[in-house]
Amino acid sequence: MTGIDLPRNGRLPFLILLLIVAAVIFGPLFFRHSYDLPGELTYAPPSWSHPCGTDLDGRDLLIRILEGGRISLLVGLCGAGISLLIGTTYGLIAGSARSSIDNGMMRFVDILYSVPRLIFILIFINSFNERLQLAASAHGWNWLVGSSRLVILILSLGVIEWLTMARIVRGQTLALRERSYVAAARVLGQGYWAILWRHLLPNLAGIVLVYLTLAIPSVIIDEAFLSFLGLGVQAPQSSWGSLLAEGAASINPLRGAWWLLLFPSLALLTTLLALYNLGDALRRKLSAKSH
Amino acid sequence: MFRRLASMPIVLFCVVSITFFLIRLSPGGPFDSERKIPPAIEKQLLAKYKLDGPLVTQYTGYLSDLLHGDLRLSTKYRNRSVNEILAQTLPVTLTLGASAFLLALMIGLWIGSFAAARPGTMAEGFSLMLTLLAISLPSFVLGPLLILIFSIKLAWLPVGGWGTPEQLLLPSITLALPFAAVIARLLHDSLRETLSEDFIRTARAKGLRETRIIYGHALRVAILPVVSYLGPLAANLLTGSIVVETIFHIPGAGGFFVNSILNRDGFLLGGVVIVYCLLLMIFNLLVDLSYSFLDRRIRQ
Repeated sequence: MTGIDLPRNGRLPFLILLLIVAAVIFGPLFFRHSYDLPGELTYAPPSWSHPCGTDLDGRDLLIRILEGGRISLLVGLCGAGISLLIGTTYGLIAGSARSSIDNGMMRFVDILYSVPRLIFILIFINSFNERLQLAASAHGWNWLVGSSRLVILILSLGVIEWLTMARIVRGQTLALRERSYVAAARVLGQGYWAILWRHLLPNLAGIVLVYLTLAIPSVIIDEAFLSFLGLGVQAPQSSWGSLLAEGAASINPLRGAWWLLLFPSLALLTTLLALYNLGDALRRKLSAKSH
Repeated sequence: MFRRLASMPIVLFCVVSITFFLIRLSPGGPFDSERKIPPAIEKQLLAKYKLDGPLVTQYTGYLSDLLHGDLRLSTKYRNRSVNEILAQTLPVTLTLGASAFLLALMIGLWIGSFAAARPGTMAEGFSLMLTLLAISLPSFVLGPLLILIFSIKLAWLPVGGWGTPEQLLLPSITLALPFAAVIARLLHDSLRETLSEDFIRTARAKGLRETRIIYGHALRVAILPVVSYLGPLAANLLTGSIVVETIFHIPGAGGFFVNSILNRDGFLLGGVVIVYCLLLMIFNLLVDLSYSFLDRRIRQ
């Protein structure tokens, strides 16, 4: 894997992540009931038959957390993937172009950094969701009709989270283009795109992968933010964000259904912490190697 | 700096245009409801809210109204202008944002320099671990948890609302903590880097005390990454305050923003976005000014 093997302090977070992914994918298969089936027991505190308690409709919370994790992790992974694609392309072009173009491109990134991007995304998602649904049903793409909101969510989160990646890749490209093997390739008459593709891109793979582990948690947080406001994932689908919103709504002095808040928080927190720790360990290792 | 100033209206124009077309091009109008409105009344409503005529005329009309400082009427809160709503709610949001901003800065700078002054110790590792924990605790997790602990179990602080200083405490902490952690990590990394430079070695050789070296010499240089983070910080705080206002039932602009999306209240939505962007731009300009001021002192 492009010269990064797992540093010692990255092993535990990596293992935890593997466990979470496995639990989220395979966990729901072991349950007899479907997660959206309401039950008799409403607001039951954690017990042996319902380890995380039940919610307002008597649904088991553990299985809802696992199902919600599928959505959260899917959005995180795909969104970060899109941001990687955009950020790497943008940073690579800015870093290897003339300095006037580079300046303009990075100025644009600066402006975007200080604009409330999430607010635009909110408007965008809500404006285009129905449009996409209409288009999808007109073309008979039934799979898209049900999950159009999810698709739009993933796309738009990818579109706003690429800025950091672009900055990192551009900085790295600026350093790489001064290396002698790039100069040698240029002297040998290789074209601009050939140098980009064959010499710069492979050497960027390491740092891009490291920052991918840091982009996934930000996309997951953004998704949870939108879903918390009720403007992201919509019922019957749920994500950790929408579960947290339900949990927060059920907190009041009369009936402290604390488990509805605690367990989704723990799921989100553990995942984010593991991802950040893994990313941090990889980043430190990479910067130690390049010095 | 002058170019920066000149680019402001252009960026604002783009913001206005994007917002306008995003809202107007979405299917469904602001007066769609279960009850069908008679066509004549609907026509009158559209005329009153200046939503009739071709799209281009609507757009230019909106732009000219904006230039006159008129953000138009809200289509949901009938007969209330967007200016009026914002004049009531914006001070609330800004108070919350400003206190969270100061809190994030204070906590972040303190923990960051505390950790950087103790390299290789348990204290450093513990503080860094703590900041990582705080970054992973977004406000919509932290807020409800804080309410659960401090308001419901311990009953020390009010659950929500607005008006008294106690009601400001939990929301500002909720909003500030993740960003305080980001600042702490930024400052820690840049202080560690600065402390290995030559002028620090000179200061050490002169026999200065370590606190004097850090706070008198190194911090001045190491603070620069933090200063350039202030712009994004303000943007994040404004976005984050939407959630925090919802959690703590604070009557700020954030709640109106969320409702205006759900109600297709285009002018209210546009007004909030435009005012937010304008505020952020002015703030960024100030940050840039302070940055060039700090930077020049270093070069001399």
